Amino acid sequence: MHAGKGKRVILTILKYLSLCLGAFISVLPVVVCVITAFKTPDEYATTNVMTLPNSWAYFTNFKEAWQQANMGLAFKNSIIILIFVLAGSIMTGSMTAYVLSRFKFVGNGIIRSLFLFASLLPGIAMQVSVYQIMYSLNWINFLPGYIIMMCGTDIISIYIFIQFFENISVSLDESAIMDGCTYFGVFFRILLPLLKPAIVTVMILKGVGVYNEYYTANLYLQNKNKLVTVATSLFKFTGPLGNQYNYICAGVIITMIPALIVFILCQKQIYSGLTQGAVKG
Amino acid sequence: MKEKKSMGFLDWLKTGKVNRKLVIITFMLVPLTLLIVFTYLPFTQMIGYSFYDMKYIGDREFVGLENYIEVFQRDDCFRALKLSLYYIVASFVQLGLALYFASILSFKTKGSGVFKGFMFFPYLVCGIAVGFIFKFFYTRGFVLDTVLQWCGFKLDNLPYWLRDTKINNISIAATSIWRYMGQNMVLFIGAIMSVDSTLYEAAAIDGANGWHKFRYVILPSIKTIIVLNMILSITGSLSVFEPPYVITGGNFGTGTYFVIMNELAHESQKVGLASAMAIVLLVLIMIVTAIQKWVERYFFGVGEQEPIRTIKKRQKRLAEQAKGGVQ
Repeated sequence: MHAGKGKRVILTILKYLSLCLGAFISVLPVVVCVITAFKTPDEYATTNVMTLPNSWAYFTNFKEAWQQANMGLAFKNSIIILIFVLAGSIMTGSMTAYVLSRFKFVGNGIIRSLFLFASLLPGIAMQVSVYQIMYSLNWINFLPGYIIMMCGTDIISIYIFIQFFENISVSLDESAIMDGCTYFGVFFRILLPLLKPAIVTVMILKGVGVYNEYYTANLYLQNKNKLVTVATSLFKFTGPLGNQYNYICAGVIITMIPALIVFILCQKQIYSGLTQGAVKG
Repeated sequence: MKEKKSMGFLDWLKTGKVNRKLVIITFMLVPLTLLIVFTYLPFTQMIGYSFYDMKYIGDREFVGLENYIEVFQRDDCFRALKLSLYYIVASFVQLGLALYFASILSFKTKGSGVFKGFMFFPYLVCGIAVGFIFKFFYTRGFVLDTVLQWCGFKLDNLPYWLRDTKINNISIAATSIWRYMGQNMVLFIGAIMSVDSTLYEAAAIDGANGWHKFRYVILPSIKTIIVLNMILSITGSLSVFEPPYVITGGNFGTGTYFVIMNELAHESQKVGLASAMAIVLLVLIMIVTAIQKWVERYFFGVGEQEPIRTIKKRQKRLAEQAKGGVQ
């Protein structure tokens, strides 16, 4: 019990050393990107990657990356997709969860297991045949179609909402029904406002996924001049710009800035959202 | 008159039973349509495709099980499955690190918020950006090589991290650790925080040191979430796509299962073969999930139900007692 004082000091030092090492490794790749993004082409060619740039006010790389990858349009498209997909999947997710958790009917169990099984199907693998369907609907290069498809592939949010509904007493619904409220009224006027914390959780989990989604965006939004998203815009840098890391790093940093801002503003919600999302199982 | 009638209709709609059915139907209509059109329809079609030699457009020819046989005979598919082992090992390393940092950061530590934030942030970076970051990181003479040179290594003795087939899969799998370790850590911190704090106090009174606290209080309390994450890691490792796709383009023997499948499906347009690959992967994932369910039921119990292991132990004990009673 009474470990020697010396031993305890060493343990504490080791603890902080390991933490610093972990943080260093987490940050290093990004920091080097920031350094490189501020270097002129000359500097980039002649100095070591770890040497600091001459000037922290050299923004030409960012400008160049922004134009090359058409990032203005990419952000616009990504924001549109994000807003509609989040709104859509929150509506479908909460409505499904409401029906499944509040009503006993033939098929309730079946629908639950349909959603459960769907969550096992590996996303990228499914695109082989989803592509065929999108093609026959004429939805390739059609932004609303892409948005609708993204709303459909959502199961985790249903779980989070079901879990939340099960913690809201049914007597609340019943008393509203007694007062002459319809089931629609119960959902929209009483339950939906109570659902706010769950909605925030779903927004975070789903938002990270949608913003970062590359595979389906690349597959269904092939017209890169018009329908580029933040994730697909970056892929422009594999082409002729493949070795000019001063531009690439600038592009990478640009895509990271919104995530960084959101992270700094809602750190607590992100942590608790993730934790809630994980215990659904 | 007309108004009265429509009022009547609305009232009829509002009556309990009708309203109940109406709400079920209208609320489920959109989600179920989406589920069927974008999950089950493609799924059944995919099973069908896997028996055909076909492209997206044009003729198709029924070939029976040939595609499945080809999946197991093709070098690249089979090698890709073996590659998953690298990612599975990486994900276990990742879980270990996450567990270590989570148990440190759950207790009084200076600057824990900053450490947590730094280690978590990579999770929010998009996969393509992560790819570029590490392509840069591993390039000859760039970041990693420079850091190692500071530590006294000579550049000539260092391997080409992305080209040397002995090491490049490890390099790429490490990027997954970088990206997801913090997320696992945050989950574990959440789980550790939800453990009854009196347990820690009791352990402290009993004179437990850090390791005892971890082994006898933390680990048993969060074992369910650890097992869940192990299973998720395995299924995740089978479906790795972005890191090799961006960093090496699947060259130098780094093409994972999905990279190969993506090539076959969208570049060579071998839709039948790609579908068969998808089904094979799905079966693997289902096996892993079934194992998880079994482990859960056997060791931890589900909901109110006791773990099967406990029940069996008790039965055995009772049986032995009964025997003893007879004697």
